Amino acid sequence: MITARYHREIPQRYRLEAGKCEKCGHVAFPPRLVCTECKGKKFAPVVLSDEGKLTTFTVVRVASDKFSKETPFAVGIVELNDGVKVTAQIADADPEELQIGQKVNLVFRRIQEDGKAGILCYGYKAVTA
Amino acid sequence: MRDVAVIGVGITKFGELWGKSIKDIFVEAALKAIEDAGVDHIDSMYVGAMSPGLFVGQEHLGAVMADYLGVTPVPATRVESACASGGASFRQAFLEVASGASEIVLAGGVEKMTDGADVTDVLATAADQEYEVYHGITFPGLYALIARAHMQRYGTTREQLAAVAVKNHRNGAKNPNAQFRSEVTLEQVMKSTMVADPLRLLDCSPVSDGAAAVIVASMDVAKKLGKNPIRVIASAQASDTIALHSRSDVTILGSVVNAAQKAYKMAGVKPSDINLVEVHDCFTIAEIVVSEDLGFFEKGKGGEAVEKGWTSIECNRIPFNTSGGLKSKGHPVGATGIAQIIEVYEQLGGNAGARQVKGAHIGMAQNMGGTGASCVIHILEAK
Repeated sequence: MITARYHREIPQRYRLEAGKCEKCGHVAFPPRLVCTECKGKKFAPVVLSDEGKLTTFTVVRVASDKFSKETPFAVGIVELNDGVKVTAQIADADPEELQIGQKVNLVFRRIQEDGKAGILCYGYKAVTA
Repeated sequence: MRDVAVIGVGITKFGELWGKSIKDIFVEAALKAIEDAGVDHIDSMYVGAMSPGLFVGQEHLGAVMADYLGVTPVPATRVESACASGGASFRQAFLEVASGASEIVLAGGVEKMTDGADVTDVLATAADQEYEVYHGITFPGLYALIARAHMQRYGTTREQLAAVAVKNHRNGAKNPNAQFRSEVTLEQVMKSTMVADPLRLLDCSPVSDGAAAVIVASMDVAKKLGKNPIRVIASAQASDTIALHSRSDVTILGSVVNAAQKAYKMAGVKPSDINLVEVHDCFTIAEIVVSEDLGFFEKGKGGEAVEKGWTSIECNRIPFNTSGGLKSKGHPVGATGIAQIIEVYEQLGGNAGARQVKGAHIGMAQNMGGTGASCVIHILEAK
């Protein structure tokens, strides 16, 4: 992962920074240039809630080479309290006990690494609340 | 727009074709299509391919294939819409002939997936790289997210998912070009290796090499050649959010709903007028969801439909994936959309052999990219 490419996603991955449409109030994560709801083009920065619930999940047992040493790991779609949905790994949980609708929090974790000599890449993972 | 017909088809065997290059297989399919159509030239060509750059390190595939097919200087363009690249390639050829800009156009598709690339990683480029793939999700994983939500919401069962694989392998066993010409039992699917819960190995389409091509022409050309043309009565395409998580309901594929509405309107037909459907069963859950979103079954009832045999050739209510589908026939991603058109063409022409649907007159092909961020639908009719 090229450092510049990683660097520009830091506000979203480290701090959950989103864009709130000044016209209709729709929250876009990551921030966008055009609102998908009203086509508005002015956004104000907002920080998302780190609390939400699991809407669906799976356990990845066959991964790409980069994640092959991490299997099995749970991944799900989390709907945060402000309505925004994100894909995230679910850490520190027994996948057999996960349930749709379960409350989770997003926490700061290491996600992957850029090869043997590259940077460590961080972001959010979900943990059960 | 004027009427457009398919007048010839060509396809390679699908599978692990280690002895052949991406050029070899595309040219093989294209030559077969040209010979089958009986044309002495083509005006232009399209090559559907998802990711030759990552799979074999080759871009600029339009020119590569025009060169190796020996048809330079005709215009040649690669078309990409992830796993819907083949359908999108066919649509470009259709539009070019329908507009009157060309008389005879080759629409092809190809993918060479077994040349050593990290296939899971390459396929994942069809999802949102920064906000889905970054977190380690795979394509089986994304469809597993859909499957679990569908099971929770509608009571779709593990057995119903498996029934899709059983049916498609039964059909594929009768297809000489299929990658897997073997039947599987419900128990074999249910006990196969878990890939991404609840999806198992036999819920997933395979990694494949393969190519397919068709010749699209105006009705005037078709008549001059004395062909029995299969007319293209609808070509429709739609898009949706790239990330699955951006959708209000992950159990509905919006691009399929939207493309289907356009296609039915353009053709002036409804689901009950259609005699067979080739759908994008990259995973068993996909066939179930698509069968609902195309309007063949009520939302949530797709699992029940396949379990009761309503989508089998034998039942002949509305056969789905008579070719074996992506599951059994194989899924060289860029070739898939064209291979679907070929199956519909063969069925409507009465040339599908042991897979023949009795009285097939109108057929549909539904091809989609990613988790349905793009969808291309064509409806063909025997004249």
